[in-house]
Amino acid sequence: MTLLRFPKAIEDALQAGDLSQSRRGFLGASGALVFSLAISAPAGKALAQVAAAGPYVDPDFRQLDTWIVIHPDNTATFFVGKTDGGQGTGTAFRQMMSDELDIAFDKTRVVMGTTDVTPDQGGSGGSDAIETDGWPMRRVAAEARRALLDLASKRLDTPVAGLVVRDGAISVTADPTKSVTYAELVGGKRFDVALTGRNINDTTGVATVKRVEELRVVGQSLPRYDIPPKVDGSQTWAVDAKRPGMVHARNVKPPMVGAKLRSIDQSSVSSLPGFIKVVSAGNYVAVVCEREEQAIRAARQLKAVWEPPVTAPFPTSEKLFDYMRAATPTSASAPEVKGDPDAAFARASRVIEAEFEVPFQGHTAIGPAHAMADPSDGQITIYSNDMKSYGLRNGVAEFLKMPRERVRVVYMEGPQVYGRTAADDVGFEAAFLARELGRPVRVQWMRDEETAWDTKGPAYTFKLRGGLDAQGRLVALDYVARAVDYNHLGYNVPDTVLIAQLMGRRPEKPPAGNAETPAVMYAIPNSRMRAEVVSLPLAWETPLRTGNLRDPNGPQVTFAFESFIDELAQAAGADPLQFRLDMIAASPEDAAFRRARSLATIRAAAETYGWDKRPSPRPRQNGPVLTGRGIAYTYRSNTVVAMIAEVEVNRDTGHVFVKRLVVGHDCGLVINPAGARSAVECGSLHGLSRALWEEVQFDTQKVTSVNWVSHPSLRHSDTPEKIDVVLVNGDPNPKRSDLPHYGAGETSHKPVIAAVANAIYDATGVRLRRAPFRKERVLAALKAAGRA
Amino acid sequence: MVSLRVNGATHEVDVDPATPLLYVLRNDLRLSGPRFGCGLGQCGTCTVIIDGVAARSCIVNVGRASGEITTLEGLSKDGALDPLQQAWIDEQAVQCGYCQNGQIMTARALLNKNPNPTDAEIRQGMEGVLCRCMTYYRVQAAIKRAAGRPVTPSRGA
Ligand code: FES
Ligand code: FES
Repeated sequence: MTLLRFPKAIEDALQAGDLSQSRRGFLGASGALVFSLAISAPAGKALAQVAAAGPYVDPDFRQLDTWIVIHPDNTATFFVGKTDGGQGTGTAFRQMMSDELDIAFDKTRVVMGTTDVTPDQGGSGGSDAIETDGWPMRRVAAEARRALLDLASKRLDTPVAGLVVRDGAISVTADPTKSVTYAELVGGKRFDVALTGRNINDTTGVATVKRVEELRVVGQSLPRYDIPPKVDGSQTWAVDAKRPGMVHARNVKPPMVGAKLRSIDQSSVSSLPGFIKVVSAGNYVAVVCEREEQAIRAARQLKAVWEPPVTAPFPTSEKLFDYMRAATPTSASAPEVKGDPDAAFARASRVIEAEFEVPFQGHTAIGPAHAMADPSDGQITIYSNDMKSYGLRNGVAEFLKMPRERVRVVYMEGPQVYGRTAADDVGFEAAFLARELGRPVRVQWMRDEETAWDTKGPAYTFKLRGGLDAQGRLVALDYVARAVDYNHLGYNVPDTVLIAQLMGRRPEKPPAGNAETPAVMYAIPNSRMRAEVVSLPLAWETPLRTGNLRDPNGPQVTFAFESFIDELAQAAGADPLQFRLDMIAASPEDAAFRRARSLATIRAAAETYGWDKRPSPRPRQNGPVLTGRGIAYTYRSNTVVAMIAEVEVNRDTGHVFVKRLVVGHDCGLVINPAGARSAVECGSLHGLSRALWEEVQFDTQKVTSVNWVSHPSLRHSDTPEKIDVVLVNGDPNPKRSDLPHYGAGETSHKPVIAAVANAIYDATGVRLRRAPFRKERVLAALKAAGRA
Repeated sequence: MVSLRVNGATHEVDVDPATPLLYVLRNDLRLSGPRFGCGLGQCGTCTVIIDGVAARSCIVNVGRASGEITTLEGLSKDGALDPLQQAWIDEQAVQCGYCQNGQIMTARALLNKNPNPTDAEIRQGMEGVLCRCMTYYRVQAAIKRAAGRPVTPSRGA
């Protein structure tokens, strides 16, 4: 028996009597509620009907009913256009909306990111779910509460001022026996309340949100609702999406980057069991079989003739930085100049210079990219974990030249998505193949395909120069960054997803890409900062394609900048933490009280760690294991972070163990402290993986780091013995009623490489200026410095 | 026809005995606990327990999987979660959760063999189970909790 398998949240909503399809009917019909399908049909049948339905109209974000449904059993479902990459944002959204609606958290559910069911909030990205998208959610929930109060006022014949709301019920203050539940007022019915707002982020009713001191659910460490099904095996994931008649596809990638497909020998696979079809278009090739393992085998066995490219697509990874330094930039930002840096350098007592390098690093999701597409009824439904489901829907419609309302994306849980991943690419592939085959098609990339071809964070080289005055103050800074980022991929762009590239499609103008300057909170009176983009010889159909990876440039830029700040502190003979505090205290920059919050955050981290004030490096140590501590500080948007790492460096082997991490973190009002701590901790360790292990390697024909042996990632044994996440509220008026909530998804990821490098310097007196700090590289640096 | 015992029930499936167990569990038996991560035995996301021992179902041929197979779905007994599953919830040890089948199943096999592992034994026993969301610290805390060891509260303020 083949059953449609839906995301649990949607399934629950469906079984509770709120079917997405009837919901649309319900929203479309004026006044009357069309619920019959969901209420009367058994779940299986209802689900099948959902799948067959269409067209898929965009939910209207200016209607309260789009966001919130109150059910007859006095529970509520929230519909939000976001996705949760595993940081617990779904729980946070529910907390914010439950609080504003005045309903118990456990009487609510949330449905996310399914294009015809939830309003288009763009999915996830930029670590701004809580900071930005949380606001319309709060406002619409507050508006629902207001609408319910109005209805109750009429029903109870009491002015709103004489009513009190508690846990989904409204009663008369003077006579609590007179009361009415939300369900009695609108259970299973429409609110019919129009909202306003130029765009979805502005969406609002007339109600105002609660003051911080009125919030009850926000601020609680409620357990994440999605964890139990993920540990008991009941979760239905995007990898589990199945439809009747579904078949399996696997891609065949060019064996050499830039190769052209000349011919395919069908007979090499046509007699294999389960074989259905080889699909090819330009240089895109996939094999489709009845069963998954058959498709894997056939894709491996397919014989094809590829013509190698005339010129090498890229230098080897060993030569990458030399290539970058010699390349002519494809674009450069106008220098950001403050004061008179040339004059300041001329006057400086000491000038320090350093160069830094960061290789390409990848997303390399634990579960390779996957999607399932169903072409039934002349439509396409894509089941995907893509964090930008709306973009996937629009992109696929354009790619397949289908009307938007014939395409939808059902968002389901999947492996981590920290930016522009291959989930975008594979969604297009599944849709394309489903249309070719006329049957539901499931595609998943293989491990080597994912690790080699997923989008990469750009490789960087940096040149920094700093001038200190006689008192050891930083008076001049020169910063030049270069990133390989030409043709940086956008999200779900129908001309630049991999299948489109391989089919030969090109946009009129490739994206110029971007290289970044650091987030500077320090008082630096004279500075010049420049950022340049370079390209590799081959910009298309290449696995070295860049896209957003968890704060796209932050870890690289912060590694260079915060390492260099440490070098300056060392040259000034200053304690590196105090050196930073002094420069922040003197900073003119104070948006969102960032100065006070930064100082508080660094101090909190220092105190938790037990920071001993002294310059780096530590006085010489004997024995094989050297220990040291380092700090790095940065901010992203309005979230500030101070990270202290304590390392052990084995001078015989070069092995680096980060024994302890202390993370001071101020993201304003914290919605769920346990959830925030978890996101901050895991974001830090992801940074640690990039600091110690991650590096894309390649020869001149292909990526050679293709699995977990050739492309190692952080492991259990690398886990620090102790991690302290210190949530700080450094606002000068910490109890203010309008304390904003900022993001916690990426900021802690940003300073880790720098903190570890600075700790290694403190331990050994040797400065590592190229990440990652694998033991061979560390040992070579120690040897070169006579410290091994 | 291949016959296999999974979570206490016997199944007959009409597949090539050389098929990796993973695809039979997922596509024929409709189990979603074990998942594809690498197909190479390198990551652990496909882990099941066969006769008490953790096995990577992506590299075990179904024809050779003759023992008693337990998947994540079969870990709870009579509706009660395995103490490890409960510890996972208590420690909120999950980010995306994709790898957690491998973490939990490998930990189960580890505790079966060694109910009181030291920190070093936990690190060693879990070494080959990868998590790209980097939940390692929490996973280790959850294993200690399930083993009845006090978990150092080291989460800061
Ligand atoms: S999928 Fe089996 S070990 Fe990775
Ligand atoms: S929790 Fe996401 S990979 Fe482990």
